[in-house]
Amino acid sequence: MGRDAGRLSLILLFTPFALWIGLLIVLPQLGIGYVSLREKVGVNQYEFGFGNYADFFGEPIYRNTLLRTAWMSILVTILALIIGFPIAYYIAKLARARIRAALFLMCLIPLWVSDLVRAYGWIVLLRETGVVSTVLVGAGLITEPVEMLYNDVTVVIGLVYTVILFMIVPLVSTLQGMDDALLEAGYNLGGSRFTVFRRIVVPYAMPGIVAGCIITFMLAAGSYLTPILLGGKNSSWFTEQIYNQFITRYNWEAGATFGVLLLVFTSLVVWVGLRLTGQSLVTTVARKD
Amino acid sequence: MQVSGNLLWIYRVYVLIFFLYLVAPLCAAGVFAFNDSLFPSLPWRGFTLDWFFSPSEPKLGLFHDDRLLRGIGNSLFIGVIVATIATALGTCNAFLFVRKTFRFKPLLYVMMVVPLVIPGVILGISILVFASMIANFFDSTLGLFVTWLRPGIPLIVLGQCSFLTTITSLVIAARLQKFDISLEEAALNLGASRPRVLLTVTFPFLFPALFSAFVVAFLVSFENFNTTLMLVGSDAPLTITMYDRMVKVGSTPVLNAVSVVLMLGSGLLALASVVAQRPQSAQ
Repeated sequence: MGRDAGRLSLILLFTPFALWIGLLIVLPQLGIGYVSLREKVGVNQYEFGFGNYADFFGEPIYRNTLLRTAWMSILVTILALIIGFPIAYYIAKLARARIRAALFLMCLIPLWVSDLVRAYGWIVLLRETGVVSTVLVGAGLITEPVEMLYNDVTVVIGLVYTVILFMIVPLVSTLQGMDDALLEAGYNLGGSRFTVFRRIVVPYAMPGIVAGCIITFMLAAGSYLTPILLGGKNSSWFTEQIYNQFITRYNWEAGATFGVLLLVFTSLVVWVGLRLTGQSLVTTVARKD
Repeated sequence: MQVSGNLLWIYRVYVLIFFLYLVAPLCAAGVFAFNDSLFPSLPWRGFTLDWFFSPSEPKLGLFHDDRLLRGIGNSLFIGVIVATIATALGTCNAFLFVRKTFRFKPLLYVMMVVPLVIPGVILGISILVFASMIANFFDSTLGLFVTWLRPGIPLIVLGQCSFLTTITSLVIAARLQKFDISLEEAALNLGASRPRVLLTVTFPFLFPALFSAFVVAFLVSFENFNTTLMLVGSDAPLTITMYDRMVKVGSTPVLNAVSVVLMLGSGLLALASVVAQRPQSAQ
């Protein structure tokens, strides 16, 4: 009887999971895959084939937007790692206990503020009549107000800002687990600061680095607001193309094709990243902090 | 690492600059809600609360702006429903993966985590496409109009639940894993029924995690933009309304006022969730 009860509860718990994953994740993904393979040949007439994909690769604008999005996302990921690592190390290893908790909380606060508010804050700061420009004119450093929005540098700064917390949080939790004795041993054995960093700290922090990079990259590549609001009309971000095809031009076949390509492409980058570092998705992203 | 005095100071300055970078845009978004000017920019023209409370144009305050208020209402409504569903599903998933053994468990666990790494825009369009396919099917075969499968609040709820359930599952599973199963066995041995054990032993232990899962899901839902953008119908939540205003009207201080309200609200909720989690870290 106990076994039957166990089976029953397994079924009861498994059903919601299956419904969720099946109806909200798997079938919709198959759905866009299906639509992307459908070519419109007339009113309500469709043919199956890879025509939409051929169109995509035949059109340099689309291709370049995808490549541009990918390169900028990789750049953002690298910058977030370089800027974020010292901060995470400081919080995890150098700050005193009470300050550590405060700093960590401060890191989390912007995390809870909407992307929209953060992008809006940058607009208020950086536009031609914005705070930075006005202050610089007032200080006599520049003679005329400058427009600091709508260029790639601003987009990168804004994206790093949006994603860096997702880099710092996993790094802090991995680094906190590191025993200081490891470092002392490294120094005692004659390692220089750089050697200790390269041979002890980095390998130890690897799961955190990989987790941070994956989340950061996916967030950057999938972001919509920051590139559009800070980059303006010419930001040519790939998610914007998807939106345009779907909502503005109502061309769902092309939009679905773009969606599939973005998903395949980002998954590929993540997969290569995991392979190169010898990590798995579950040990990195799902690690409980 | 042993760091010498000077270097430590340079390091500290770096950390300080970083935190200034973190708060600068938030301050800029917040401060100009109180500037008595028609534009969110310098010079400072004195303190005012008009952008919150003024009942008339040109400085129509947030609390008299019907569209923004409707946006807040929609966001609250969606947030509560999404958080409830995601927490309920997350609880089921937590029990499933922590307590049960079944075939393909590692593979299915990966499936549970995957929604976190799918870009929000793609979750949005995939659910839009799938729902439309079902709606079209009903339309063409049965002649039924299924309006809730067209863009609107029900689809937004489904879209947000699709990835928030992963987050709530992970939060609740982490707590459930720490639960000492002998407590349940003791209660069972003492004659309590299964449901009673769940209600009086297991759920009280899980409560902090359930609470913070709910709060996190609510906050993320309230702030979500990417997934929502693809699924929005006529009842737009606040983020969409604010974005619309930003693109069509340009930046006005009323948007700063919205930002202040958003920051205060999410700050308080995040604090509540941290406080609820506190005893857990002490154990």
